[in-house]
Amino acid sequence: MLDLFSALFTDYTLRNVALGCAVLGVVSGVLGCFAVLRRQGLLGDALAHATLPGVCVAFILTGTRTPAILLLGAAISASLGALLILAVVGGTRIKQDAALGIVLSVFFGAGTVMLTYIAGTGNSGQSGLDRFIFGQAATIVREDVVTMGILAGIALVVVAVLFKEFKILSFDPEFAASMGYPVGKLNILLTALIVVAIVIGIQTVGVILMAAMLITPAAAARQWTDKLSMMVFVSGFFGALSGVSGAMVSASGSNLPTGPIIVLAATGIFLLSLVFGARHGFLWSRLRERRNRRAALEGGSP
Amino acid sequence: MSADFIVITTAILVAVPCALLGTLLVLRQMAMIGDAISHAVLPGIVFAFFISESLGALTSLIGAAVFGLLCAVLIEALKNTGRVKEDSSIGIVFTALFALGVFLISRFAGSVHLDLQHVLYGEIAFSPLNSLIIGGVNLGPISFWTLGVVTVIAVSFVLLFYKELKIATFDAGLAAAVGLSPVLVHYLLMGAVSITVVGAFDSVGAILVVAFLIAPAATAYLLTEQLWRMMALAVALGTLSAVSGYYFAAFLDVSISGMMATMTGFLFILALLFSPSHGLAAAFSRRRENRRIFSRDLLLSRIGTLGEKTTEEELARSLGWERRKISRSLDEALRGGFIVRPSSGEVAATRKGRDAARERAGSLA
Amino acid sequence: MRQVEMGNRSGRNLEALPDEMPLEVSGLTVAYRDKPVLWDITFEVPEGQLVAIVGPNGAGKTTLLKAVMGMIEPAAGRALVYGMPFEKARHLVGYVPQRGSVDWDFPTSALDVVQMGLYGKLGWFRRPGRKEREKAMECLEQVGIASFADRQISQLSGGQQQRVFLARALAQDANLYLTDEPFAAVDYKTERAIVELLRELKSQGKTVVVVHHDLGTVPEYFDRVVILNKNLVAEGPVGKVFNKENLSEAYGGNVSYLAGS
Repeated sequence: MLDLFSALFTDYTLRNVALGCAVLGVVSGVLGCFAVLRRQGLLGDALAHATLPGVCVAFILTGTRTPAILLLGAAISASLGALLILAVVGGTRIKQDAALGIVLSVFFGAGTVMLTYIAGTGNSGQSGLDRFIFGQAATIVREDVVTMGILAGIALVVVAVLFKEFKILSFDPEFAASMGYPVGKLNILLTALIVVAIVIGIQTVGVILMAAMLITPAAAARQWTDKLSMMVFVSGFFGALSGVSGAMVSASGSNLPTGPIIVLAATGIFLLSLVFGARHGFLWSRLRERRNRRAALEGGSP
Repeated sequence: MSADFIVITTAILVAVPCALLGTLLVLRQMAMIGDAISHAVLPGIVFAFFISESLGALTSLIGAAVFGLLCAVLIEALKNTGRVKEDSSIGIVFTALFALGVFLISRFAGSVHLDLQHVLYGEIAFSPLNSLIIGGVNLGPISFWTLGVVTVIAVSFVLLFYKELKIATFDAGLAAAVGLSPVLVHYLLMGAVSITVVGAFDSVGAILVVAFLIAPAATAYLLTEQLWRMMALAVALGTLSAVSGYYFAAFLDVSISGMMATMTGFLFILALLFSPSHGLAAAFSRRRENRRIFSRDLLLSRIGTLGEKTTEEELARSLGWERRKISRSLDEALRGGFIVRPSSGEVAATRKGRDAARERAGSLA
Repeated sequence: MRQVEMGNRSGRNLEALPDEMPLEVSGLTVAYRDKPVLWDITFEVPEGQLVAIVGPNGAGKTTLLKAVMGMIEPAAGRALVYGMPFEKARHLVGYVPQRGSVDWDFPTSALDVVQMGLYGKLGWFRRPGRKEREKAMECLEQVGIASFADRQISQLSGGQQQRVFLARALAQDANLYLTDEPFAAVDYKTERAIVELLRELKSQGKTVVVVHHDLGTVPEYFDRVVILNKNLVAEGPVGKVFNKENLSEAYGGNVSYLAGS
């Protein structure tokens, strides 16, 4: 373990991997807070699955594995998925849950069709695309880290600049509209940022488990604080922690896909937070209850 | 038996129970819980492999289905702590269980005859190769037996509890009043869904089964109003997707299960656009027609409030409409005989016009 | 875009306002998916009055407020605030949405919610600072829950949550307040406190429109009433129009619970 830790600073490959996973963890943790608070965590799930055909089409059309191009394809098809969900929910009596389920499974199905098509054409470059399903951190190279870093930087700057606006949008969109905020456009922007986080994550965590990176660290962070700004920080930290620890375990050579390990790490952090969380954890609420009861018995006011 | 026949029959045996249960999931707005369960059974399937080495055994099938139920219970429990909302609770539970399953498969790849390809796409193409042989007698493809059992369970579940499911789905209050436990109905349905997705796992994998669960049912929901018709239609649509998906996949030489899932989506898109009752095209033209009548009645009612006779300018000012909209609406009302225009610019309602305005006002409250 | 108001914040007084009615609704017609939910509504709200909007469930009361604020596009007609379209008069309006319209588990404190009322004046990108904090504190004091400023909002009672919403509207420092069911499911103490607050606002010459569900308290609390049921049934001073005939027209004869009033 200690070797692994020192390798983090000396091993060039591992450093890239860890850096990429940390970037992903921070971005998805930060944006996941808004997704979770707006009850759109599962939208992230559907959109993550919806990236798969985009990656494949981008590859089929260009024949390259340049991350920027594949990720652009991913972003476009996720946006198409979002539009379809919007059309179904807004234009018919089908509810959000079914719309998400359809987009998720059908886009993913179309993606698998394309993957098998690419495999059938015997294109030598195809082997890399599988990594988008369960993620493969070990394949992350410097070029990927740079792409991820730029995207993440943009997303985080937007969140920082519009923090107050995103807060009021998430808490009380009606009131925001009454004050003249363009609620519809802010909604689109926030969804677009979530797509950015997804696009950053799919190489590392994979499309199937990406939802966990948006939901689990944010839900864990919520157990520690009652302040949105704090929640965003803690969630970003938890995301990075899961990302780096997952990447390191996965890179330690046991031929494990990275995604599941990262997700299990995030789930572990969530469970610990649920028990020990300073604001809402079971442990402290139990203790607080007992203290209050004792105070009441002694005649003091709680 | 030809290989085509075996594969297609296997796919239909996936489509039928999925369509029946999916109808209930869509109506109860639990599609994403169905999605969660289909992911969450994976660790159960892996454990079943550890124990029995063959997925065919019914006991291990049930054992795996327990994980589906566990997933439903965990989602409910996590939500009930009040510390996490339902959608987050779903997302946390199923990703954790699925990750655990994938981890186990990768870690113990040697001892489990299961690879990630299988999890993703299923192995329906191999269904003709795996026969159930007891005492040297070939009893036909294993998939017929497992999925046959699953289909029988799902069909009898729906037939036996049709009335109860219907009440519990459309009127939870009434269901409780007549002594039908909503919790029991919930978990029975979750149990049935778990068994179905475990049974379907070998054929279409853990994710594409969601397409069979949700898409045909949602498509049927766009086409009909009655529960039994919706179920029948969903079964038909699921079957059609399975059969057409198989032939397209064979033609293009791509993933069979992926193509079947794609076909469920294609049929959904067709219904979304062109359903006569709930499609987007129909809704669009109906909306336009409604808007036309609505504007006309608004115009007539305003003529009524402005007095016997009024002018085009007066109306435009009073309604706050653009000139173009006013003159279009006036032309139309004139053609319909709702108004007369004694001189240029002047407007008065006819008896027919006054009746229409009154009828609209009366229909509001 | 919303900094227009910043220059004359302190100097603003009622005389500086255009000599127009706080709210003037004319021929307002709203359709939801082409089903009319408000049909040809016309009324005026004079300066310095407490006005109740009443009507049965689904009568379009909330829709009326939203249409006034431009959140819903009307099919016809318009609403003017101090003679201006709403977009130009936003800074003169304070809004209290229904308490049930937000998630009170949101990670934020009472003080923080009240500061949201100041976002309009802050404009884009700028963060609230010490000045905003003090102003928000004042508003919380005004509604009598300053001691709960740092509480997470889910730890407040229903009545306290309602007061937070009112304090946020006070922070908007408006001339016309549009409030949606502020009395819904609050305890008696809060109800009295809100009534006092409304009267205080009135005494400052402000105008308050309240979507209200408790017909029994209309005569005691309000000066004017607008009775809706998709159509406008009646509007005017409570003494003139708040009678059995109008109410049974709006509620379909089912106004027996009026007996107490």
